[in-house]
This record gives sequence, structure tokens and C-alpha cells, in this order.
Amino acid sequence: MASYTTNEIRGGMKVMIDNDPCLILENEFVKPGKGQAFNRIRFRNLKTGRVVERTYKSGDSIEAADVVDVEAQYLYNDGNHRHFMATESYEQYQMTETEVGEAGLWLKEQGECTLTLWNGTPLAVAPSIFVTLKIVETDPGVRGDTSGGGGKPAKLESGAVVRVPLFVQEGEVIKVDTRTGEYVSRVKE
Amino acid sequence: MSQELKNKNLRTRAKIIADIRAFFAARDVIEVETPLLSHGTITDPHIQAIPAFFKQDLSSEQITTVYLQTSPEYAMKRLLSEGIGSIYQICKAFRQGEKGKYHNPEFTMIEWYRVGFDHHDLMQEMDELLQAVIKTKPALKLSYAEMFEKYLGINPHKASEKELIQCAQKNKIDLASHLSDRDAWLSLLMSHCIEPKLGPEEPVFIYDFPASQAALAKIRSDKLASRFELYYKGIELANGFHELSDAKEQRKRFDADLAYRFENNLPVVPVDERLLTALEKGLPDCAGVALGIDRLIMLALSQEKIQAVLSFDFANA
Repeated sequence: MASYTTNEIRGGMKVMIDNDPCLILENEFVKPGKGQAFNRIRFRNLKTGRVVERTYKSGDSIEAADVVDVEAQYLYNDGNHRHFMATESYEQYQMTETEVGEAGLWLKEQGECTLTLWNGTPLAVAPSIFVTLKIVETDPGVRGDTSGGGGKPAKLESGAVVRVPLFVQEGEVIKVDTRTGEYVSRVKE
Repeated sequence: MSQELKNKNLRTRAKIIADIRAFFAARDVIEVETPLLSHGTITDPHIQAIPAFFKQDLSSEQITTVYLQTSPEYAMKRLLSEGIGSIYQICKAFRQGEKGKYHNPEFTMIEWYRVGFDHHDLMQEMDELLQAVIKTKPALKLSYAEMFEKYLGINPHKASEKELIQCAQKNKIDLASHLSDRDAWLSLLMSHCIEPKLGPEEPVFIYDFPASQAALAKIRSDKLASRFELYYKGIELANGFHELSDAKEQRKRFDADLAYRFENNLPVVPVDERLLTALEKGLPDCAGVALGIDRLIMLALSQEKIQAVLSFDFANA
């Protein structure tokens, strides 16, 4: 695999650190007018999720990681694993509930998502930024309330619970921003 | 950043530079211009020059490698040795690979030399300049030793390399690389643990560096280098010396730099022989300092990146 020198490394690059694939968050060049230059690199370990800051002597290199993001479709949950299929290659992948993590709360069968693959095995899954999901459980709202102020919890078909305005009813389909977990709008089916 | 804000920053930039010129005009320090391209260059292993290629004859294959200056120091010292008196210069300097939120590979510096000054006299004048131009409070002064004592509780001149490593560990510096010498550890501690805390209110001068970090400063009988740096709001702004005038000692330091470069696979560059000749002729007793103007303007405008005060930064040049 190729490697990058500290001067080439940018946020968003994926590299191997401590034998784990890591995502670069920030690379700060620290150089006194006279004296040794350093790069303070902040990265997230893609296996553990831990964020670490580490200092490198400028000019050192870090091995690149074979990490790619692919578009995929969530297929089904067999009780032990969640199954996915890459949209382009039709290649199928499986992940445990732990590996899927919180993203699992937003996954609907046949819904789109992004798989992060490391050496061909899935490291992480991310739902689309906006998803449309059906409300499977919520208290009946107060008639006439259209302000949206306050709101109430609503459980969605994928398992997530979001706050929705009082006028939104069980059985309705809503659009949610998965980055914040916030209700966006109702969707007419 | 909006163009409107950028334009406002550039107007402030012009005003600050005009005020600096007025400051020196009032003190009879004369402005000079020296070449940006030079045949010799800096030997400091931690500063790399950007080379350029000159052709005597456009159709010929023969090229001469010349270097964009990393500071106007050598040429200005040559003028000093010719008896010009106190001088300043506002110019571009270039450094290979230096790009970050406080670094642009091409940047503007003011460098000035005061005949008959030592480094303390020059710190005093620099403080007056800052108060006049960007309205800072009077600066504080700390020796390099006092600074390490204050922020890390160690003596930088006496601590062993092992103690410096322990200090870095205690301060949770996660270092991936191997550092080859004691000065690199001092540099690490300084940039990670001390620098960000320097000068939140008023600028701070740090003076009397270890002899191993003398660069072009005189080394005194107490084994300290008459060198200073200026920090403000956690950022290094300037570096100055009571200037070394001993040609033999200067050649020794250049040779040591080149040996270090050779061992560490860094370019072994041509020494500026013309500077050495000038020193042999005689450099008047003087102190000199270089101040990064872009950073000064950045701080005056409370900006967080140097790019905010440049017309076009390197990525857009």
C-alpha cells in the first residue's frame, strides 16, 4: 500500500495507525521559526471509534489504508447479522449489531446506506442523511395544534425514537435528518 | 471568508505596514532592498530554501541553481559590514514545505538591524513598535530557563534527555516519531505545552536560549545564546539576535549544519561565502530581528488563520 508524508495528509484521508484503519480529522503543522517541525494529527480509529491526537516529526510518513465508501442497500436482519448489498457490484456483506451500532436505528429494508469497507470487509455503515420512515407508535396529538412547539416522542419502524410535532399521527410517514435525529417533515405516500 | 471582510483586512494590512515605515523613518533607520534570489543559502537544518533555476542562455541546457531567500539576513549583514548604519527591510521570504494555518510558503517579514544595540535594547525597541502599531500592552520578559521553570517545572539547560522525555509523557504528548537530539525534545515541549499559553494578554519576549539553539546569535561566556523570540496570543512572531560577528565561529556553525544535513539526508546547500567575507571584513556590533508581518496583522485583526490577511494564499496563488 502507498503511504503519505505528514505534509500530504489532509482531513478525510484514511491511514493505518497501530495496525488499525483510521480516519484523519485534522493535521496541524507546528513549526517554530528555528527548530524541529511537527505535525499534530487528530484521527479517529475506525474500528474502535476512539479519537486520538498524535505528534509526528514533519516529513515522516504514514501508510495509507485500503478503505473505501460504497453505496449499498440494506437487505434484512437474520437475527445474528444485518445483510447489505453493494449497489454497483451486487456484492453482499454482513455485519453484527455491534458493528452496525447506532446506524441500525435508521435502517429500513431496501433503504439506501453507505458501507465503509476496509480490505473488503465492512467497518461501518451510515444511513442516508435524510430517511423516510413510518411512525409505528406515538400518543394521539392534540387536535388543532400546528405550531410544532414542544412535540412528543414517536417510535419509527426502524427502531429510532424521534420528537415530532403534536399533529403528527401514528401510521404517518415522516422525513428525518439522521445526522441530528430531528424530524424534518411529513411525507405523503 | 467574504470578499468584503477580506478587503477590510487588506486595508488594515496596508495601514499597519505604512505605520511600521513611519516608525522607522522617525528613528532614522533606513529602508533597504536586497536580492530575493541568491547563489548561497541558509544552512539551518530546520529551514529549507525553495530553489529556482537560472539560465544564462535561454537555448542552453546549462542551468544555475539559485535560492529564494528564507530571510534577508545575509544580504543585510553584508550592507552592515559596508558601514551603512541601522537598516530595515520589508520583503517576501520563502520556505519550502511550510504550509498551515500560521504558515504560507511565501510570507512577508520585516527584518531590522540596530548598530550598537544588544538583544535587550532591540526587545525594548520592538515593544515600542508593537505598542505604536497594534496597540499592545507593554511586553513581558522571561528567560528561556524561567519559561520552562514556570510552565513545566524543569530546567531546560540541565535536564537530561531522559527527563525531557518523561516530561513529555507526563504532559500526555503522544509522539509517533523518533527524535534524535535533546533540542528536538525541547522544541516538542515548547511547541506543545508552552507556546499556546504564551502572551494571552501582552506580548512576551523569551530570551537567552541554549547555546545549541544559538543560530546566528552570539554565545556568551555563561554558555547562553543572546537570542530572543517574541510570542503573542500563543503564536511566535519574531526571532532576534545580538548578532554573531566572528567569521571563524560562523563558518564552524555552517559546517556543523551541513554535517547534520548530510547525516539526515537533507540537501547539502552552498554556504553564502559572501556573508563570511563580509564578517571577516567586520560586522559592526549590532542586534537584528525578523518579525512575521502576516501573523502580526492576523493577530491585530483577531483572525485565526494567516490566509485571512493575504491577498491570495498559496492554494490560490
